[in-house]
Amino acid sequence: MSAPILEVEKLSKSYGGVHAVRGVSFTLAAGEILALIGPNGAGKSTCFNMLNGQIGRDTGSVKILGRDTTGLRPREIWRLGVGRTFQITATYPSMTVRENVQVALLSHHRELGRLFGFAGARHRAEADRLLGLVGMRDLAERPCGELAYGDLKRLELAIALVNEPKLLLMDEPTAGMAPRERVALMRLTATIAREQSIGVLFTEHDMDVVFEHADRIMVLNRGSLIAGGTPAEVRNNPDVKAVYLGEGSVYGGEAAA
Amino acid sequence: MEFIVVQFLTGLASAASLFLVASGLSIIFGVTRIVNFAHGAFYMLGAYVAYTLTERFEGFFGFWGGIVAAALVVAAVGALLEIVLLRRIYRAPELFQLLATFGVTLMVQDLVVMIWGPEDLVGPRAPGLRGAVDILGLAVPTYDLFLIVLGPLVLGGLWILFHRTRWGVLVRAATQDRDMVAALGVNQTWLFTSVFALGIFLAGLGGALQIPRNAVTHLMDLSIIVEVFVVVVIGGLGSVLGAFIAAVLVSELNAFGILIFPKISIVLVFLVMACVLIVRPWGLLGRPEGPARQPAGLSIRPWQPMSQNQRLVMLAVVVAAGFAPFVTGDYALTVLAEIAVFALFAASLHFLMTVGGLASFGHAAYFGLGAYGAAFATTMFGMPMIGSLLLGPLLGVAGAILFGWFCVRLSGVYFAMLTLAFAQIAWSVAFQWVEVTGGDNGILGVWPASWAASPAAFYWLALAVSVAGIVALRVLVFSPFGYALRATRDSALRSEAIGIDRSRVQWAAFVIAGTFAGIAGALFAFLKGSVFPDNLAIPMSVDGLVMVLLGGIETVSGAVVGAIVYKALAIWLVSQTDLSKLVLGAIIVLLVVAFPKGIVGFAEDLLARRRAKADDGGAAARTTPAKAPAKAPAATSGSGAAPIAAPKMEAAR
Ligand SMILES: Nc1ncnc2c1ncn2[C@@H]1O[C@H](COP(=O)(O)OP(=O)(O)O)[C@@H](O)[C@H]1O
Ligand SMILES: [Mg+2]
Repeated sequence: MSAPILEVEKLSKSYGGVHAVRGVSFTLAAGEILALIGPNGAGKSTCFNMLNGQIGRDTGSVKILGRDTTGLRPREIWRLGVGRTFQITATYPSMTVRENVQVALLSHHRELGRLFGFAGARHRAEADRLLGLVGMRDLAERPCGELAYGDLKRLELAIALVNEPKLLLMDEPTAGMAPRERVALMRLTATIAREQSIGVLFTEHDMDVVFEHADRIMVLNRGSLIAGGTPAEVRNNPDVKAVYLGEGSVYGGEAAA
Repeated sequence: MEFIVVQFLTGLASAASLFLVASGLSIIFGVTRIVNFAHGAFYMLGAYVAYTLTERFEGFFGFWGGIVAAALVVAAVGALLEIVLLRRIYRAPELFQLLATFGVTLMVQDLVVMIWGPEDLVGPRAPGLRGAVDILGLAVPTYDLFLIVLGPLVLGGLWILFHRTRWGVLVRAATQDRDMVAALGVNQTWLFTSVFALGIFLAGLGGALQIPRNAVTHLMDLSIIVEVFVVVVIGGLGSVLGAFIAAVLVSELNAFGILIFPKISIVLVFLVMACVLIVRPWGLLGRPEGPARQPAGLSIRPWQPMSQNQRLVMLAVVVAAGFAPFVTGDYALTVLAEIAVFALFAASLHFLMTVGGLASFGHAAYFGLGAYGAAFATTMFGMPMIGSLLLGPLLGVAGAILFGWFCVRLSGVYFAMLTLAFAQIAWSVAFQWVEVTGGDNGILGVWPASWAASPAAFYWLALAVSVAGIVALRVLVFSPFGYALRATRDSALRSEAIGIDRSRVQWAAFVIAGTFAGIAGALFAFLKGSVFPDNLAIPMSVDGLVMVLLGGIETVSGAVVGAIVYKALAIWLVSQTDLSKLVLGAIIVLLVVAFPKGIVGFAEDLLARRRAKADDGGAAARTTPAKAPAKAPAATSGSGAAPIAAPKMEAAR
């Protein structure tokens, strides 16, 4: 196997007295789909935010494509080839769906400093191709501010693919979507990841989705990794069951399936 | 040595009032998230009411009772304002809150003159504290010593109030998490009113306590509010202790600045503020706060460049405007030239505010600097007019580069306060540095070249420059840079995540806006033949804001319409009434509360609604943003996902 895309070593972060993340280490290979699961407040989003440089880490190291990311800002990490979607979507509501993608493309081609020329005419075809990829081609002209939540999530995926990333960080990519949509979105993500050999790290509450698409699963609880392995291994891990007992139905329903 | 000690004590005494007012502003902001621009007006009201009461009721109890009663009266007026006005705008963009409270400030200015007259009033001395105390051989007023003790006492009192009473604990909880307090079953509405009343009480008390020291004037509101903004920017909004520390710091800087740079003492405060902002952008004791609220200028209807037909219409309008000299007289042409100049000024502010989401409350600084630049070039270096018009704006550009670098580090209300403070600093320099700027007398003799001297010729020049500038700004809006700028406004989080350097983009926008404002200013200097500190004063900045608001904050270039209507209206109003500030203030408040989309925004809504009716169904969704759940016709999409009610700007972590 090739060198890992993402190497995380002993990552920690605390807020005052709260140890949000403690000593998390893992690696992610090209084309691999890795799920990070855990109950609410386990520290998943905090992990994501440290990986893309949005918040600083207390200790630990993160290497992306072999490069140490210490001190890099999110925009610099993005330039390394990292796509990101947010738990709570972050898009540009005053622009059309296509323009949302175009801005990212303009940034990717380093053209945002230009003071002349109509930006809406640039990289149109490429934007439409990406939108087509996530099944939003015919929503291209719609104001982003009036999209349904599930569509916003798909738009985020299209934006994340703009810089031909080697690593995708997806924090709850399907939260707030209908069950059928979730499966479809993750299936799409998995297809794209395999084709373009993108490493994907994602979190997800719906265990159906996790067990179907993840190559590997890590379980986070109160900031620490308590288990990891193939879906089958994780499913039968008693510690994981114990953690999820409190959460109840999601995992329970899945275990029966 | 002795002198330094006494100067230090004077500084401490001045800090007391400043602290009272600033802590009131901070407390109100902490809970309601409103930066109350009218705070200075209440400070002034406190002084006026205290003057009346202490004149009327003499003696020890008359005086001290009068001071306290004045603060209470003002607090009651404040509570009334909260109930009538602020409750309607708690959820509005910050810009609207600042503007509405500024409108109140304007109204109070005229009302105060109406009630108490325009003359400065000198209040009585404080009974029991009339004398002076001998310190190191120099006399220090006893009243100053009283104020020095009072500051820490109020600080302690507030601490007890917030930590030892149920009400105070609730207020602190509300400061941290508003929804939680609502969940506790606390009547939030009245909690807000009481907090507002307390904050206003402190402002009124601060004003009332000034009357034995300073004359009461109808200009004291703006001077204190700028100082207060500086204090809360340094100390950190929402922190009472921060307000105390910063009030002492600023007052001491003022006290000693007079000794070191007697002409431009304000520069010292500026330097300290700049240092604090570099090290701690949210002030000494402030907490960083995400821009959680929707910025102004965000339109749900994506902007479109003009169609061919619209361009032709605009061309026709410009050509028609070019014919004005053949149908009107000289006076009208001068007015029209002024309108053209302000259209460019408003358009430049609009670019920053609407496209960039950066509501500058001090945009006149760059207009005024451009005007002074042109005046310097003409009178000092003997440049011909064209040279001055080209070089003059560079002073505005330089100011925008310097001030903008600091301002874009902040956002929302901090940005607004800082831009205002910088503009005030620029004004102070223009006002105080008499050798260079002529101070209050301004610079005269900035006359246009002979070919442009006739009203018609100058009008054509102003029209040409203004149209060119406005077109350039519009091209910028739709350029890649314009998109980058809108991106930083819509979502800082997303922009950073796709490689956009927010502060660099915003800084560039700040400089661009400053450049066009500077060009407008240079034109203005030649139009008037003179420059005055007024050209960069707060009222000028606010004129710009109102033009933008009137035109339509969500439009691509509504400011132009706003400038034309506003300028015409203002000129007419001044000829009709002495109470133009009262009317203007009321118009601002009305606009914010009832008509927040402005003229062009309103027209666009109407048009869009008609168009939607015309092609009912289909893609008509444009006009009914967010309300109707958007259909999800795409292949992978199911249905029933929740529509987003309003654009969520920033992700919580
Ligand atoms: N900015 C913050 N300040 C303080 N505590 C935080 C902050 N962000 C997250 N936390 C805490 O860190 C823990 C992990 O949060 P998070 O990473 O959001 O969990 P998850 O995404 O797994 O639900 C939680 O206990 C949360 O309360
Ligand atoms: Mg999370």
